[in-house]
Amino acid sequence: MIVLDRAGRAAARSQPAQRPRRRVRREQLPVLAASGVLVLVGAMALVPGAFTAADPILADPIATLRPPGAEHPFGTDLLGRDVWARVVHGARHSLFIGLTATVLALLVGVLLGLAAGVGHRYLDEFVSRVFDVLGAFPELLLALLFISLAGTGTANLIIAIGIAAAPRYGRVVRAETLAVRNAGYVEQAALLGIGAWARALRHVLPNALGTIPILATLGLGSAIISAAGLGFLGFGPQPPLPEWGSLLAEGRNYLRIGWWLGVFPGLAITVTVVATAVVGGHLQRRFERRNSL
Amino acid sequence: MSSTSLATAVRPAPGQDTDLLIDVQDLHVHFPTGAGPVHAVRGISLQVRRGETVAVVGESGSGKSVTSRALVGLAGPHARVEAARLHVGGQDAGRFTERDWQRVRGAEIGLVLQDALGSLDPLRTVEQEVGEALRRHGTLSRWDRRGRRAAVEELLAAAGIPDPAVRSRQYPHELSGGLRQRALIASALAGGPSLLIADEPTTALDVTVQAQILDLLAQRKRDGLGLLLVSHDLAVVAAVADRVLVVSGGEVVEEGPVADVIGAPAHPYTRTLLSAIPSAGSRGRRLSPDRAPLPERSIDVDAPVVVADGLGKSFRRRGGAIHAVRDVSLTISRGETLGLVGESGSGKSTVARLLLGLTRPDTGTVRFPGAERPGAGPQLVPQDAFGSFDPRYPVGAVVAEGLGHLDRTRRRARVVELLDQVGLPASVAERYPRQLSGGQRQRVAIARAIGPRPRLLVCDEPVSALDVSVQAQVLDLLAELQAELGTAVLFVSHDLGVVHHVSDRVLVMRHGEIVESGPVQRVFRAPAHPYTELLLDSLPPAVRPIRPPHAPVPEPGATS
Repeated sequence: MIVLDRAGRAAARSQPAQRPRRRVRREQLPVLAASGVLVLVGAMALVPGAFTAADPILADPIATLRPPGAEHPFGTDLLGRDVWARVVHGARHSLFIGLTATVLALLVGVLLGLAAGVGHRYLDEFVSRVFDVLGAFPELLLALLFISLAGTGTANLIIAIGIAAAPRYGRVVRAETLAVRNAGYVEQAALLGIGAWARALRHVLPNALGTIPILATLGLGSAIISAAGLGFLGFGPQPPLPEWGSLLAEGRNYLRIGWWLGVFPGLAITVTVVATAVVGGHLQRRFERRNSL
Repeated sequence: MSSTSLATAVRPAPGQDTDLLIDVQDLHVHFPTGAGPVHAVRGISLQVRRGETVAVVGESGSGKSVTSRALVGLAGPHARVEAARLHVGGQDAGRFTERDWQRVRGAEIGLVLQDALGSLDPLRTVEQEVGEALRRHGTLSRWDRRGRRAAVEELLAAAGIPDPAVRSRQYPHELSGGLRQRALIASALAGGPSLLIADEPTTALDVTVQAQILDLLAQRKRDGLGLLLVSHDLAVVAAVADRVLVVSGGEVVEEGPVADVIGAPAHPYTRTLLSAIPSAGSRGRRLSPDRAPLPERSIDVDAPVVVADGLGKSFRRRGGAIHAVRDVSLTISRGETLGLVGESGSGKSTVARLLLGLTRPDTGTVRFPGAERPGAGPQLVPQDAFGSFDPRYPVGAVVAEGLGHLDRTRRRARVVELLDQVGLPASVAERYPRQLSGGQRQRVAIARAIGPRPRLLVCDEPVSALDVSVQAQVLDLLAELQAELGTAVLFVSHDLGVVHHVSDRVLVMRHGEIVESGPVQRVFRAPAHPYTELLLDSLPPAVRPIRPPHAPVPEPGATS
């Protein structure tokens, strides 16, 4: 027998039946690790006491600027506060702001997107132009603008990030709604005597929202970055409350004498955001695979 | 056959039999998949000679397309292709590298695929497309613009494209389906190949265009071109092929001269395929080899279910309005099937949507005399059953959607009853449409449509996407259900054979107007309008209804 095709020969050599299964497992490893990170950070936010006994706010003038060691795994800061404790307790603020801002963005975006998708042409025009205007500014700049008008504070920070991120969900929902609105199954429901509202709720809405969990997971990462960025600039929870962005800002000036002050909060932000991106990407791939079946 | 001595030779020297364009012995193709390797082609042998047309006929998944692709080295990057002998254009292709294949494709073998729009680059004009094929395989220099244009126009003219000078400057989206297919054939022939492989070259085309393309292929065959035709359509094959290979499950189940295979099929599978073709002769009978009679239907002419009067609908497009439907009136009685035939763009689907109330008419009315229950409006059996199911719904929920007037337990019982009526087990209710085959999906769509006991069922190309044997089962099912339920049916189709098989009366549409109407036997045996006649003459001879040799010639313009 003659064997053709270079790839075919390679496939024949490496026993094609076994290869795919092993690859799936290797693919899942980073996703499992990332999910683990998110669970860990979530647990830190909920029960910081389980991770550290130290008080994140209590100063200890004797133990200032200690490098990482057995007693203080992430070292201590200028006032002798345990950096590990501050990072652990900071998870609550950073994650809380990121999550609530994402939920707010979802609420605003999905509602406006749906209204634009199913509503009258003029409403669609109006909402789309609002999205266009909002989308013309970088999200962080928009949030800064809002804070400069409304003032600092955690609540304003959440609203600022939420509104700035709303168009990205709204646009997707609008486009999906328009696509689903004329789908065969919506027409069939009409023929079967299902009313317009029931059709929108039963068929249009759920199918238009299919990608939203993915977008929200990916969006959570950027909301955390926005929160940390604004916190870094001093617009977030005010000192002495620990928040990853403000921790980073505090450490910035002492990088030469105490690298641990900036590096560990920075790592916390990076690892959390990368983890949301990995999980979001995994959800997206799974969604695409399901839809291509 | 003179080739038997050659078939045993291990390596015929080039030039020994230059007429033998393709000589394949015991071809196997495997694809690795997640669930283990799939053996798509299992020992197919075939030969094509100069000036000969060989057809490979089979249903989806039979391995016919994989076979044709393996012959040009395009079986796919993961495919494992093995053969005892694989000779292409007199050369041993068993050890071909990708570079060797590139040399052979176009120059020795031209390839024409079904999807002409997908096969043509949307950003290149026809001249660029065909010109590149010329440049790669011809002596034409890259800079010889004028020479290229002349050569391209000559090829287009040979492929039967009118106004080649105009057409060569157009892009694929500016051409009709038939012209696209011709352009594709022109570019496949640009390199002067001695063999053309055509995979379902006419499947997406209207019947009149299909006839023109088949004519074109037959003409090139007379010029000495070898043709390997891959098709699901036995009628098309019968019209152009010399020899036929019937494939099923990756194996050849029957092979021989076309007259023998079609005239006296030996293998049961071939017989099933042939008996599944709906035509004039199959009226009132099942599309299975036993041709058992279908249950009698009673048509109640005094009980019209739907009366449409003077329907008109136009759509605004750039450059003016398009009159999709003009002054269409029709009546369908209880138990009657009205066929609606026409080519793409004739407005037949718009008529269906107007009757269903999915589109509002500009003029005219649709009435449903005697419709007392509001929930039992007309129901639709669509062409794309899968797209008509909410992807989140299991089959049970799909079928139950129209049964909102029943309580939970009665609804569940009715779903099981409906699934049983369409020949599906109750366990299907828990599965999702994406887990079902095309035929099963269409059955689910029918179950959903008859659920609310509609008086009118609109079937819009309900079997066009199905394999012929599955199509036969679905048509049989529809006929049984109609006899049982006494539903009136509007059957919209481009397929005259199907319409002839199922309809009592028929409307022929063209450019949004009804050009002819009447009892199906009368219209198809003695058409009064020249367009109906053209449609019927375009059918491959195997499925053309027999007409009296001297049909009465009507006055021109008669619209019955």
